[in-house]
Amino acid sequence: MNKLLFGRYIPQDSFVHHMDPRAKLVLSFLYVIVIFFANNWWIYLLMTVVALLSIWASKINFKLFVDGILPLIWIIAFTMLIQVLFGTGGHLYWQWGIFSVTSLGILNAAYIFVRFTLIILISTLLTLSTSPIQISDAIESLLKPLEKVHFPVYEVALMLSIALRFVPTLMDETESIMNAQRARGVDFGTGNIVQRIKKIIPILIPLFVSAFNRAEDLATAMEARGYQGGAGRTKYRLLKWGTRDTIATLIYLLMTVVVFALRFC
Amino acid sequence: MAITFKSVSYTYQPNTPFEFHALNEISTKIEDGSFTALIGHTGSGKSTFLQHLNALLKPTSGTVLIEDATITHETSNKNLKPLRKKVGIVFQFPEKQLFADTVKKDIAFGPENFGSTPEEAGKLAKKMIELVGLPVSLLDRSPFELSGGQMRRVAIAGVLAMQPNVLVLDEPTAGLDPSGRQEIMHLFTSLQQSQHFTIVLVTHQMEDVANYANHVIVMEHGKIVKEGRPREVFADVEWLHDKQLDVPASTEFAFEMVKRGFHFDKLPLTEQELADDIAAMFKRRRRSNE
Repeated sequence: MNKLLFGRYIPQDSFVHHMDPRAKLVLSFLYVIVIFFANNWWIYLLMTVVALLSIWASKINFKLFVDGILPLIWIIAFTMLIQVLFGTGGHLYWQWGIFSVTSLGILNAAYIFVRFTLIILISTLLTLSTSPIQISDAIESLLKPLEKVHFPVYEVALMLSIALRFVPTLMDETESIMNAQRARGVDFGTGNIVQRIKKIIPILIPLFVSAFNRAEDLATAMEARGYQGGAGRTKYRLLKWGTRDTIATLIYLLMTVVVFALRFC
Repeated sequence: MAITFKSVSYTYQPNTPFEFHALNEISTKIEDGSFTALIGHTGSGKSTFLQHLNALLKPTSGTVLIEDATITHETSNKNLKPLRKKVGIVFQFPEKQLFADTVKKDIAFGPENFGSTPEEAGKLAKKMIELVGLPVSLLDRSPFELSGGQMRRVAIAGVLAMQPNVLVLDEPTAGLDPSGRQEIMHLFTSLQQSQHFTIVLVTHQMEDVANYANHVIVMEHGKIVKEGRPREVFADVEWLHDKQLDVPASTEFAFEMVKRGFHFDKLPLTEQELADDIAAMFKRRRRSNE
C-alpha cells in the first residue's frame, strides 16, 4: 500500500498546481485521445516533450513518476510481448506455428511502450498536482450541462467528494482493524486460497459496520447543520479560469494541430 | 516477560515524500510484572511504540527483544504467531474489531487462532465474559446489539481469552463514563495482582498513571524524554506543563499550594497522599500554636 502513488496529491507551489482543475482534467483527456492518433516517431517525440514540459512546470520530483510507472511495468511488458509474438507485416525474422516476430510487430511494441508510459505520466501528473476535492469540483462543473437532461449533477458531485474524503479514513481504519485481528492471531498471507478468503471476513464485517455507523453519523451531522439538498446552495470554492490556463490550453491545442498535421498530411 | 528496546528507530514510508520518522533511537526495558504507563502528546509515537511490542511493526533499525526472541528489520513474518499469543494488545476503541455473529464466537476467535479446540475456546469465552463483568446470557447475542460499553468489554475479553503474559492497553477507557472507567481500570489491576501480568498502558489520564503505574515513560517527537517512577516523573510539574502534559489533579493542587507558600516534602500524587499531607500540616500548625 505504501508504494502506491496513484491518487496521491503532493502540494507544491507551481504553475501546474495553480491551474484551474477543469483545464487540467480536460487537457489530460485531450492528451490521452491525441496519443492514439500517433503513428510515427516525430509525433511521439513532440508528445514526450509536451509531457516532460508539463512535469517540469509542476516542480514535482521526476523520480516519483518513475515510481508510479514501476508497478505497471508487468502489464506494459505483457502487452509488448503479445505485440511482438503475434505481429504481422514487415520483415519476418522468426516464425513458429502461430507465433511470428516481424519488424512491424517490434515497432508496434515500441509504440505501445511509449504510449503507455506517456499516458501514465500525464495521468499521474493530474493526480499528483490536483487535490481530490479539486477534481470533484472540476467534474461537477464540467457535468453542469447535463442538468438540462435531468442528470443529478449535484448529487453525483456530493457523493464523489464524500467518497474521496473518506478513502484515506477507510484505509486507516482497514489498517487498524487488520492490526487488531493480527494481534488476535490472524496470519494474513498464509494458507491456501479458501483459507485466505476466510481471513478477510474479520476485516470486512467491522469495516462495513463502521461505514454504516459513519454514514448515519455524517447524515445526522449534515442535517443538523441545515443541509436540505442541492437546490439554493452557494459555493465556497469557486473555480476561476486564469491566464496560465489559457497558456496551457494553447500549448496543448498547438500540439494537437501539429500531431494531426503530421499524421494526415 | 521482559521486553527490551535497543536503539529502535522506525520510519513510515521510507524514501518517499511521505517519509515520517515515528521512533528515534528508543532504548528502554519493560520489566517482567511491571505496570508501565506510556504518556506523551498526540503524535509523539506512542502507538508506533506499542506495535513494536508484539512485532506488528518491525524496527527500521535497532532490535526489540521480546523475552528471548530478537526482532530486527530482517525478522521474517513467519514465526511471529507465538509472540502475539504472549503479548495481547487492546487497541484504541477495540469494539471496532468485533465481527462474529455471536459474542461467544468473537471471544473464542483469538484462542482458536492459536490452536485451542472450539470446546476449550467456548469454555474460555464463558470464563472471560464473567471476568470482564458481563452476564453469561450475553454469549449467544450478536455483539452489534450491545451497548458501546458492553462491546468494549467483549473486545477486551477477546484479548484476555488469548491468555497473554503481557497486556498492552491503548487508552482502554477513552470514551467511557467515569464508573465504567473505574471498573475497567480496576479489572486490569486486579488481573495484574492475581495473575502477575506485565501491563503497558497508554493513557492521558494522569490519575490512572499515579494510581496504578510503577514505571512511567514520557515520549516526545518519537523519543523518550523522561523515564522513571511516577514520583520522579511528576516531581517537575513545570517541565511537564512545558511538554503540554498534565500532572494528577492532586499534584497540581499541591503545586498551586506551594506557589502560595506551603511546603511539601514530596509532591503528593493521589488524593489520599494529598489529604494525609494536609492533615499533617494542620497537626503541626496546631502543635506550634500550643
